[in-house]
Amino acid sequence: MHNKTVAELSRDLAAGEVSSVELTQHFLDRIKQEDSKYNSFITVCEDEALAEARQADALRSQGSATPWTGVPFAHKDIFCTNGVRTTCASKMLENFVPPYDASVTANFRAAGAVCLGKTNMDEFAMGSSNETSYFGAVTNPWGHNRVPGGSSGGSAAAVAARLTPAATATDTGGSIRQPAALCGITGLKPTYGRVSRYGMIAFASSLDQGGTMARSAEDNAMMLNVMAGHDPKDSTSLDRAVPDYTATLNEPLKGLKVGLPKEYFTDQLSPAMEQTIRNAIAEYEKLGATVQEVSLPNANLAIAAYYVIAPAEASANLSRFDGVRYGYRCDDPKDLMDLYTRTRGEGFGAEVKRRIMVGTYALSAGYFDAYYLKALKVRRLIQQDFVNALKEVDVLMSPTCPSPAFAKGEKANDPVTMYLEDIFTIAVNLAGLPALSLPAGLVDGLPVGLQIIGDYFSEARLLNAAHQYQQVTDWHQRTPE
Amino acid sequence: MQWDVVIGLEIHVQLATNTKIFSGSSTAYGAEPNTQANAVDLAMPGTLPVPNEQAFRYAVMFGLAIDAEIGRRSVFERKNYFYPDLPKGYQTTQLEQPIVGPGHVEIDLPDGSTKTIRIHHAHLEEDAGKSLHEAFFDEHGHGMSGIDLNRAGTPLIEVVTEPDMRNAEEAVAFAKKLHSLVTSLGICDGDMSQGSMRFDVNISLKPKGQDELGTRTETKNLNSFRFMEQAIAHEVERQMDILEDGGEIVQETRLYNGDRDESRSMRTKEEANDYRYFPCPDLLPVEIDDSFIEDCRSRLPELPDARKARFKEQFGLNDYDASLLSGDAKLASFFEEVAARGKDAKLAANWILGEFSARLNAEDKSIADSPITGAQLGDLIVRIADDSVSSAGAKKVFEALWAGENDNVDAIIDAKGLKQVSDTGALEKLVDEVLAGMPDQIQQYQEADDKKRKKLMGGFMGPLMKASKGQGNPKLFTEILKKKLEG
Repeated sequence: MHNKTVAELSRDLAAGEVSSVELTQHFLDRIKQEDSKYNSFITVCEDEALAEARQADALRSQGSATPWTGVPFAHKDIFCTNGVRTTCASKMLENFVPPYDASVTANFRAAGAVCLGKTNMDEFAMGSSNETSYFGAVTNPWGHNRVPGGSSGGSAAAVAARLTPAATATDTGGSIRQPAALCGITGLKPTYGRVSRYGMIAFASSLDQGGTMARSAEDNAMMLNVMAGHDPKDSTSLDRAVPDYTATLNEPLKGLKVGLPKEYFTDQLSPAMEQTIRNAIAEYEKLGATVQEVSLPNANLAIAAYYVIAPAEASANLSRFDGVRYGYRCDDPKDLMDLYTRTRGEGFGAEVKRRIMVGTYALSAGYFDAYYLKALKVRRLIQQDFVNALKEVDVLMSPTCPSPAFAKGEKANDPVTMYLEDIFTIAVNLAGLPALSLPAGLVDGLPVGLQIIGDYFSEARLLNAAHQYQQVTDWHQRTPE
Repeated sequence: MQWDVVIGLEIHVQLATNTKIFSGSSTAYGAEPNTQANAVDLAMPGTLPVPNEQAFRYAVMFGLAIDAEIGRRSVFERKNYFYPDLPKGYQTTQLEQPIVGPGHVEIDLPDGSTKTIRIHHAHLEEDAGKSLHEAFFDEHGHGMSGIDLNRAGTPLIEVVTEPDMRNAEEAVAFAKKLHSLVTSLGICDGDMSQGSMRFDVNISLKPKGQDELGTRTETKNLNSFRFMEQAIAHEVERQMDILEDGGEIVQETRLYNGDRDESRSMRTKEEANDYRYFPCPDLLPVEIDDSFIEDCRSRLPELPDARKARFKEQFGLNDYDASLLSGDAKLASFFEEVAARGKDAKLAANWILGEFSARLNAEDKSIADSPITGAQLGDLIVRIADDSVSSAGAKKVFEALWAGENDNVDAIIDAKGLKQVSDTGALEKLVDEVLAGMPDQIQQYQEADDKKRKKLMGGFMGPLMKASKGQGNPKLFTEILKKKLEG
């Protein structure tokens, strides 16, 4: 049962072959039995999930069901869930129970989906290995000592380990695509503004975007159908019609123009990695796509610009965690300054503090122009690169990350090496474009992800391209065991 | 040495929107602490601001009223600092691209002249909450401060002037004019005791005639015209003392205690925060288009300057009365109501600026709290004008109305026997009767010169008023007496 996709489970529920309660119990049991190996969940919502499942079964019997009614899934623990603690994997929010739903949470609730629990992640979504979580690192189901990637490492590992058929995730610099690649699943970061950020705990507001993780492109499309849309509570969400993303999955790819950014195919890619990606692209040519080289001349500036802009925004976004109204508060503060310094000193982990300090520095008087304003200029150049490239081609393809899953601890003490993990994903966030990662092969027995980047609001085309590939390959069906 | 005083103001004006600038919480004043603070106001994780269109409309109306350029692209920035009543750890405000650009306001000076005060800009921002430093204690017995976030997120415009004022009088005249403008526009309730307008005063001194400005200080959060005047006088004196002693002014922010007429330093320039402003990524730049501006323009009411001119023209009021009555929108509309009903506008103006205002002030009431309606005061004016009641009688009617004894002017006049007798036949008869008993006084009067006669006239009026039970029209009595005595 746990090997089935969301689409299959939805059909089984509709056909009455299984009840939501049975399905939900099955996944809850799997989490109970298996998750000690992965640590992919921070909170499991057993009682709530079973109650939601019973309600879903009742709705099904009344004939008022959506495709999601009764289908289990999980939320990254960055989405606020009314009445269920939402930690952002931080000590700061260890006991924080929001009295409201994120809009994404509310959308899944309205669709009748059953939330199994809240998945592990890097603290405040800051990390590329899921090693910065206050609740412990997550293990990649493909290899015992391997990281699942981050920051949505818990969601990726849980889907790969088939503890949940699907999970929500967020992507600020690659946090959906990189863990999807490292865990051998499919993950989509939509266009900035496509999915509401309301109730999604902010890391870097101009870059954060909620998205989808599941094994197949079709399941991602089903998720996006629930998540996408304008939200009056988020003034950066865009008011644009939402298509049925599953409706165009079977469009033929004949004539699809694929661009390969030459800056993403350099010698930093191992021959085995490059070969795997080239094989996937060859498969697309068989499907009727034409391939050409394109250039993103400012690609090498993306990481530097990102690591000014994202920490700058984060330094302000995380100021609200001050021990005054909610969340962690230090014991027995002596005065206001002591309350602030100890609450934040004790409540945040090392990587979060590093980024707050970097961001504070970049915004400081005397440095603002040289760092923050310069980074904004670079951001515009990078955005223009993509706009230019996407005039020539329909989509861009590249490896999602330079190498397969690395070992735990390998990069944890070297922030810059860790930051380079996002070298192929980060520019997409700066440009606000949609991109997905899909499994495209194995190197040393570990999954490799192919990244497909599209123009603004081209999610349907990206999902179509991924789905067509998944009709002629089975990489997305490979399981770790 | 002789010194020039240079004053610039920054004024926080709370906008009278129903809801907050970035959330749907009510902005009503006086609710129980923290009952008007929702998840957005509390800066709960993941919550986001959504701009309130009404706040933009009010800001643009203000801009149009001061003849300012309207910022077509309005950008919010984050001003970062930690304080317990600032829930997000930053204030959402505007810096580089404010909604209202340079404009100007004319002020009237006591000598009858006018002066132009230039406005540098006005920007939209959110108010902070309030810290209540009362006796709260934690479980360890440590003192704590209470935080009330009802005010957090209330929309403000901060109006920043150029340093165009030269003394406290000008600064206060400007402050009053601004108060008059925003209340006339209906964009602020103007209630200074509730903090609806708060003034920061920048003051510097320079040797008379010198161009270069001296070092300035900023005195913050003055919430009455009187405190503002006192604080300026205090600060000018303090700076003058330092400069005359050869000292230097420290650039700093000061707090003024109006009750003690003292000020103290809050922080110096060196201690000032680096606010690390940057554009708020949760809010897109707001584009203000022509149709929005035209819509705002169509909502502009008559402004104080235009109203004053009309009061002079339409009602024949003098400059001083017209100024006073046009300066406060509520007072102005009250006056118009009374004048329309009472027919005699000058008499209405006298009563409103005299008896009525004095009574409101004495009881610390606003016009909205007045127990006397405009219609009632209008009716009273009618009865004074048609001689139905004497001015002394009118005061008694006013008192009865104020005390709520009766709500009808004529009924009070009847009940209290204040109806003035103006029937000349009846009055003549009374005069004849009274004069018949006062031959000595008549002779005395007739032998006196004009100056003395005026005094002696009182001797007849007393008995006459008594004989008429106070209801005789004194003006007519005087006329009849003169006729009888002087033949």
